[in-house]
Amino acid sequence: MATKASRSAARLMMAPAVILLLGWMLVPLIMTLWFSFRTYLPLRGGDQGWTGFDNYVRFVSSSAFWPAVQTTLLIVLGVLVITVCLGILLAILLDQPMWGQGVVRILVIAPFFVMPTVSALVWKNMFMDPVNGLLAHLWRFFGAEPVSWLSDASLQSIIMIVSWQWLPFATLILLTAIQSLDSEQLEAAEMDGAPVLKRFFYIILPHLSRAITIVILIQTIFLLAIFAEIFVTTGGAFGTRTLSYLIFQRVLESQNVGLGSAGGVYAIILANIVAIFLMRIVGKNLDT
Amino acid sequence: MARAVSPRRKLINTGLAWAIGLLIFFPILWTILTSFKTEAQAIASPPLFLGFDWTLENYGVVMERSDYGRFLMNSIIIAGGSTILGLIVAVPAAWSMAFVPSRRTKDILLWMLSTKMLPAVGVLYPIYLLFIQLGLLDSRAGLVIVMMLINLPIIVWMLYTYFREIPVEILEAARMDGATLKEEVLYILTPMAVPGIASTMLLNFILAWNEAFWTLNLTAVDAAPLTAFIASYSSPEGLFFAKLSAASTMAIAPILILGWFSQKQLVRGLTFGAVK
Repeated sequence: MATKASRSAARLMMAPAVILLLGWMLVPLIMTLWFSFRTYLPLRGGDQGWTGFDNYVRFVSSSAFWPAVQTTLLIVLGVLVITVCLGILLAILLDQPMWGQGVVRILVIAPFFVMPTVSALVWKNMFMDPVNGLLAHLWRFFGAEPVSWLSDASLQSIIMIVSWQWLPFATLILLTAIQSLDSEQLEAAEMDGAPVLKRFFYIILPHLSRAITIVILIQTIFLLAIFAEIFVTTGGAFGTRTLSYLIFQRVLESQNVGLGSAGGVYAIILANIVAIFLMRIVGKNLDT
Repeated sequence: MARAVSPRRKLINTGLAWAIGLLIFFPILWTILTSFKTEAQAIASPPLFLGFDWTLENYGVVMERSDYGRFLMNSIIIAGGSTILGLIVAVPAAWSMAFVPSRRTKDILLWMLSTKMLPAVGVLYPIYLLFIQLGLLDSRAGLVIVMMLINLPIIVWMLYTYFREIPVEILEAARMDGATLKEEVLYILTPMAVPGIASTMLLNFILAWNEAFWTLNLTAVDAAPLTAFIASYSSPEGLFFAKLSAASTMAIAPILILGWFSQKQLVRGLTFGAVK
């Protein structure tokens, strides 16, 4: 049993991690809040005093705001639908008996380990280049006109690249969840003559529901923040400017820190709404 | 789990799974193959799959032209340094939370998790400004600190879930047998904790290696790691597919190999123990 001495020792052991994270969270957060209420243009006059909620109003009413929200939602939803649906199917397939299962798993998981700048550039140039890209060759082979992917179908292309990166994550987690499914239950259902679709909807899907929720929540948090994929492909052009990217441009490219910080506060609130749901699930799991 | 199925079904499963697996892996395979072509062969139409003259020329060009060694060194120092520093801070914390839990342990863990959810772009300018003031912009030390901080919640969480699996009864039995605290830590706890610590290290090294928001925004020349090295290829320059492929292959090869060893830890580390 824990004694008083061991309790204070425990607190001491925890202190560095807690203090560091507290500083890492609070200092920048307070600074962002502070800047968001000021007119702050580092290259054009510096800090010009309080403006109240002006930045918040201007950020939302700028012509770039709603398109950015729309782009963000489309990318997040698009990638979620693709990775979760394909992830479920792939996880079920990988759970089946087969030869060389280990190798296939490795092949499927590999994209997750490719750094974002590499996957974005490889897709952009070697696959989506309208002249020399592999997809252009494929299109020409079938007699079709090659597509300028990143300018004519920019959003779809980004969704495609990001989905490729995140499909392994969804698959791996869903596979782990499927493997914890009691196979006797499935066999019993099979014996009783339950058709494949029924087994899927009444046994597998309910069993996976928690894992699916976790995949959705974690991916949403990461997808809201995708950066490198846009930075090296379109640089935010052709309707691929997400909310994160818009804030980045306001802060570092046009050096309007006040306005960008107000955007940052919106992004923080948005991420926190998602995070609350995730924490509930994780928290419940801690009790057991 | 080995369910008995007919050989025919197993054959179909195998074929389908391999086809999909290869399709997903194909962009990586294509990059590796292209890295061994000449620039002209890299854009040949129709594309060449295996029937080309293998050459190592691109690797030489990439290494010569862009000081690849420095970027690699920076990646290793940033990913390695932040992982080690993170462990130094996290091991005691996770240890005390796992073995001396209090009423607040759960809240602290969840709060740590919440700091990981903070969108980087929301705090970009403050960090940027602090870095300028402290002279940390474009320095390895600065990035080591930032990487350590953004991954610290994951490190604490992973270690916590591993440590919690160590049965307390063993410790009590050792104490009964008169083991001193030093012996307890050295001979009982350490051997049981090492696998968990190693897995945590591996996953965090990978995450830090691939991180591409702070590394792109807080470095310029001196401290730029491989993520930034690759980003420098984003403006096309004549024929460069083979060189891009060689550079990419060099940037991802070490992590692909490490990553294959860390599949299981990946699930644990990225779902905060919620999926096992």
